[in-house]
Amino acid sequence: MSPSEAEKTNQPVTVLACPISLDYAYSAGQSASRFLRAIAEGKLLGQRCPVDGRVYFPSRGACPMHGVTFGDDAVELSDKGTIVTFSIVRVPSQNIALPLPYITVNVLLDGADTILIHVLDAKLEDVHMGMRVQAVWKPKEEWTTSTANILYFRPIDEPDAKYESYKEHI
Amino acid sequence: MTKQSAATEALTAPHTLSYTYKRSLGAVMSGFFTALRDRRLLGVKRRDGKVLFPAREYDPDTSEAIDELVEVGPMGVVRSWAWVAKPRRQQPLARPFAYALVQLDGADTPFLHVVDAGSEAKMATGMCVRARWADETKGAIDDFVFEPA
Amino acid sequence: MREVAVVGFTQSPSVRREPDRNEIEILIPVIQALREQTGLSSKDFDFICSGSSDYLAGQSFAFVSGLDAVGAWPPVCESHVEMDGAWALYEAWVKIQMGYADTALVYGFGKPSMGDLPLTMALQLDPYTMMPLWPDAISIAGLQARHCLDAGLLRAEDMAAAAVRDRANAKNNPNAQVKGDFSVQQILAEPFLVNPLRKSDCAPISDGASAIVLAAGDRAKQLSDRPAWIRGIEHICEPMDLGIRDLGRSRSSEIAARKAGVSNDKIDVAELSAPFTHQEILVERALGLSQKTKVNPSGGALAGNPLMAVGLSRIGECATRIWSGEADRAVAHATSGPCLQQNLVCVLEGN
Ligand SMILES: [Zn+2]
Repeated sequence: MSPSEAEKTNQPVTVLACPISLDYAYSAGQSASRFLRAIAEGKLLGQRCPVDGRVYFPSRGACPMHGVTFGDDAVELSDKGTIVTFSIVRVPSQNIALPLPYITVNVLLDGADTILIHVLDAKLEDVHMGMRVQAVWKPKEEWTTSTANILYFRPIDEPDAKYESYKEHI
Repeated sequence: MTKQSAATEALTAPHTLSYTYKRSLGAVMSGFFTALRDRRLLGVKRRDGKVLFPAREYDPDTSEAIDELVEVGPMGVVRSWAWVAKPRRQQPLARPFAYALVQLDGADTPFLHVVDAGSEAKMATGMCVRARWADETKGAIDDFVFEPA
Repeated sequence: MREVAVVGFTQSPSVRREPDRNEIEILIPVIQALREQTGLSSKDFDFICSGSSDYLAGQSFAFVSGLDAVGAWPPVCESHVEMDGAWALYEAWVKIQMGYADTALVYGFGKPSMGDLPLTMALQLDPYTMMPLWPDAISIAGLQARHCLDAGLLRAEDMAAAAVRDRANAKNNPNAQVKGDFSVQQILAEPFLVNPLRKSDCAPISDGASAIVLAAGDRAKQLSDRPAWIRGIEHICEPMDLGIRDLGRSRSSEIAARKAGVSNDKIDVAELSAPFTHQEILVERALGLSQKTKVNPSGGALAGNPLMAVGLSRIGECATRIWSGEADRAVAHATSGPCLQQNLVCVLEGN
């Protein structure tokens, strides 16, 4: 038996590689499945809290404030919204449809009471709080049950939203 | 409002969770794994003279730090075994094999490892086994498997 | 010591695979039912503690979203253990003992059907010398079973009889997954799953959740006509290395039982969370139960095994029988780790 490459080095072993790999059939559950099936048709579904009427998007099936189930009722939302806050990203990341540097934004969709984190295709010097934006979708024939159907948001020609309309989401 | 019927089948997707952990070895375990790479089996001697394999940094009874590594094996005795008829992709052998508690010659405690016996009929408590080394050793617990001696 | 009692308990059915709901959606109705049972809202809980496993969920920090089922606004006092909910209950009990809480919500939940459970369990083993061999949980348990068989500590017939008893008892449990009339001969005729274990020696893989409310002293008396008082609770752990433990008995269960005072008086009901038939026998022996004790009236873990909730449910099953007057004194058991490495014993009394 000839010595292995590791043996030939004669250096002590000081680090142990312990890779972990587990296979799952991941289940989205009722609420996320409803959301994903809708987005495959270009619809954005939120859910309304029965206690205070706030609309959660995306919904995880229960109100994280009140701990009550949202049931089966869904609310269709616009793909237009308001930028609540933003950040300029200069380090690379995976699965982003925009080149560096790009803008990440918290968008309050019209009709929603929770923010959506996404990216914005705009000049860095133009982005600002209150800016009105709309989703840019992939070509319809490429839609799947995935949030990746929305590539990014883009500014639209509407007056800025009033601060009062989004201040609680900052 | 869109009314959806209850209990629609949820969407599922294949998902593989992977982590590429690299673990640092202290002095004792570095000695243990370096020896495996060099095709030697090292246990650790406790104050009372008993030898633990695999090596450990502490005496499990007294919590004393221990570091005297001593060579054991490569022969051993099967103290218990369980037959895996359908190995999973992650497991060390693609053909049926046994997980076993093997007590190496010179060690006072058995430890968990793998016996490549070929068939269930060849397995028995008390059987003698010998470590068989991989062609390429890397300094890991799966650098060897046991086979009937 | 403060007097602390179990005053509420709800659970989901144990099912092999929840096709429609994710972990949180399984948990939501369990918590909702507990609110209705106790008349308490989330604001009434001084402390909330849960048990679940991110490896079962297949994503890190999965337990955080469990709070969606509770409602965490205004912010709540909360903690989590990556263990069965029985250990979450222990933490809550300590919190109440220390005077930081008078009421606590405890829950456990898991959806192991998404992954390969026996293999996932390899990740609880020593990451240097055991886990890289990927020993599945059934093989690990099989090593212990063969040790017991070889040493003459029990027979395959005894193991089969444990399954027969639990499945017969489970016929009265609407939440049980494996139930019915079986015979020892029928089970011994099964092929081996992992020799020496047959499928019937193994607890089923179950998706599910359960939840409990604890309350102290007068608060407990307000909430229940007959609270199930926790009169002893202890958990004891052994080393992980199988070679340095006595696999033929459960020393940690013995010590926990002694410290919890199991043998101080008769035990009417015992609920055991051992996931393999031979382990159930070892735990039964370790608790020192007499012939008069009814063991696993719900069917125990062998009839329904919602991982991370199954031990908590044993405490709940005991409490239910104390509330009803069916039992005056009961003992619940939960386990964690390979081959009964760690065991929790909880004694409940009605008086
Ligand atoms: Zn709400």
